[in-house]
Amino acid sequence: MSFFLETLITGLFAGLMYALVAIGFVLIYKASGVFNFAQGAMVFLAALAFVTLVEHGFPFWIAFLATAALMVVVAILVEALVLRPLRNRDSLTLFMATLGLSFVIDGTAQFFLGTDVHMLDLGIDDIAEDYAGILISHFDIVASLIVVTLVAVLAIVFSKTRMGVSLRAVADDTLAAQSIGIRLPVIWRIVWSVAGLVALVAGLLWGARQGVQFSLSLITLKALPVLIIGGFSSIPGAIAGGLIVGASEALADIYLGPLVNGSVSTWFAYILAVAFLLIRPAGLFGDRDIERV
Amino acid sequence: MPSGLLSRLDAPLLPIVAGLLVTFAVIPAMADDYWLSSIIIPTLVMGLAGIGLNLLQGYAGLVSLGSAAFMLIGAFSAYNLILRVPGLPLPLVLLISGLIAAAAGVVFGLPSLRIRGFYLGASTLGAQFFFEWLFSNFTWFSNDSQSLTISAPRLEILGYSLQSPLGRYFLAASVTVLLIGLAFLIVRSRLGREWMAIRDMETAASVLGIRVARRKLQAYAISSFFLGVTGVLWAFAYLGTSDAHTFNLDKSFQVLFIVLIGGVATIFGNFLGAAFIVLTPILLDRVVLAADLSFLGDQGALTNLQRIIFGAIIILLLIKEPDGLSALLRRARQAVRNRYAG
Repeated sequence: MSFFLETLITGLFAGLMYALVAIGFVLIYKASGVFNFAQGAMVFLAALAFVTLVEHGFPFWIAFLATAALMVVVAILVEALVLRPLRNRDSLTLFMATLGLSFVIDGTAQFFLGTDVHMLDLGIDDIAEDYAGILISHFDIVASLIVVTLVAVLAIVFSKTRMGVSLRAVADDTLAAQSIGIRLPVIWRIVWSVAGLVALVAGLLWGARQGVQFSLSLITLKALPVLIIGGFSSIPGAIAGGLIVGASEALADIYLGPLVNGSVSTWFAYILAVAFLLIRPAGLFGDRDIERV
Repeated sequence: MPSGLLSRLDAPLLPIVAGLLVTFAVIPAMADDYWLSSIIIPTLVMGLAGIGLNLLQGYAGLVSLGSAAFMLIGAFSAYNLILRVPGLPLPLVLLISGLIAAAAGVVFGLPSLRIRGFYLGASTLGAQFFFEWLFSNFTWFSNDSQSLTISAPRLEILGYSLQSPLGRYFLAASVTVLLIGLAFLIVRSRLGREWMAIRDMETAASVLGIRVARRKLQAYAISSFFLGVTGVLWAFAYLGTSDAHTFNLDKSFQVLFIVLIGGVATIFGNFLGAAFIVLTPILLDRVVLAADLSFLGDQGALTNLQRIIFGAIIILLLIKEPDGLSALLRRARQAVRNRYAG
């Protein structure tokens, strides 16, 4: 039983990390209707830039702020060079453009910063502690506290500030928002910047876990089922979706894996997502109409 | 514009096939073995894959992010058919492999009856990861080989060996002619027109009495058939040795690029897109060699430089040429015609 619980809890923590990547998607999807495949590349770029700065002797906060500034620059460039020329185009074209963008971003990151695998030490111990008979890693707990804090900050920013209200107006009705004087390019720049900052946090946590390397950009692929289960336009949905995917994936790997001769984690989440789609096409918390037949 | 579209749709099939046959007969006289095996064969095969996806996406308006999964099914089906059914002639192997892929396509197309748009991507992406896992995890499919690879069997038709680059070229070219002909027949038939009706306005299509569900599943079946046959060619006529990861997500995205760059809802546009996908890395290689960019960094850095350029070209094409390279060609043809008709 305690083994089951341990697997479940490990899965939930992994799921929270998936959710962190998915939140970046949700922000951009809400504001611009773009499914941003480059989110993973942004996670990779942020982690690689940060770890390079730290290795060159910069203190944590300087490195963090410099990387954050870099992500803002990326957001401004993306808005000017990709989003603006492609506005009013269909979602598949925009998706393909972000696929091209992901090549540019991770290519640039590796061209300037190298292809080596870097170890990232955030100063949080990754040791398992015993909580009521269940082993839980200290790192997982700190990481999930960081995720919860980040989500709380985002929620406050989006509900209380002028910028947040403008963003929700754009997400709700783009045309009406524009007609009352909300400037779409500004909103896009801000949202992509915020998504970049979320990518930075995700990059640090993932990077500390599995090393900063190219495979970080592939976590994009884990985010799609999370988004389908949670709904593309809901941050609580992204978290719930992440937890569901993380937990069920971990359990399936342990209990289903041996029956079928190996790890099922590459595809299990997708089959789960399709099952969800068939039962509840808008996702758990999605509010935008899914095109249903 | 509508008249132009109609005349293209109504152009008789025979001249197209005849033109293709002549072109394909002339090519070997002009191309050496390197061109045949490294450029022309992959361009033809990827162009066919583009047609497969374009039938689904361009004509029927359904999304797929897992094209390579169906190529994979085709390749492994053909390998096992040749291995386990001795004496099965190659054309039949191609046909049956395509049909097996088509059956899988119908299964993963089922969610299209309930959901639409980008969300459909999840189902086909699921197919992508599932089949890659299936064929690399169960060694029976690769005849228990240690490396999990499948190697091309002896390719022959009616006793003629197709092992040489020229033979493999003729195999790819003849399948290409047949499938292009089939694709034209399909998009001009009632089936193709009903696909376009469903794509443009599904509600209206169903009011007109089009059986939408059946047509959608047929789209998945036919698209996957094309992709399945393409997979056999890619594995055996082009690569020779391959494994499940030959047909990974990158390959699926390549097929998607071909469709978008070549032109949505076109047939020949796919070959322009395929030529772009095949030639760009080769050209970038040449440029890097010729310009001696080694001062920029080692081989790894240059690979990344190519990645950047490739990504940038894709974004640029999507911005500058919304209708794909085939629109560029059409405009050029129109310009020439105007000048001489005028």
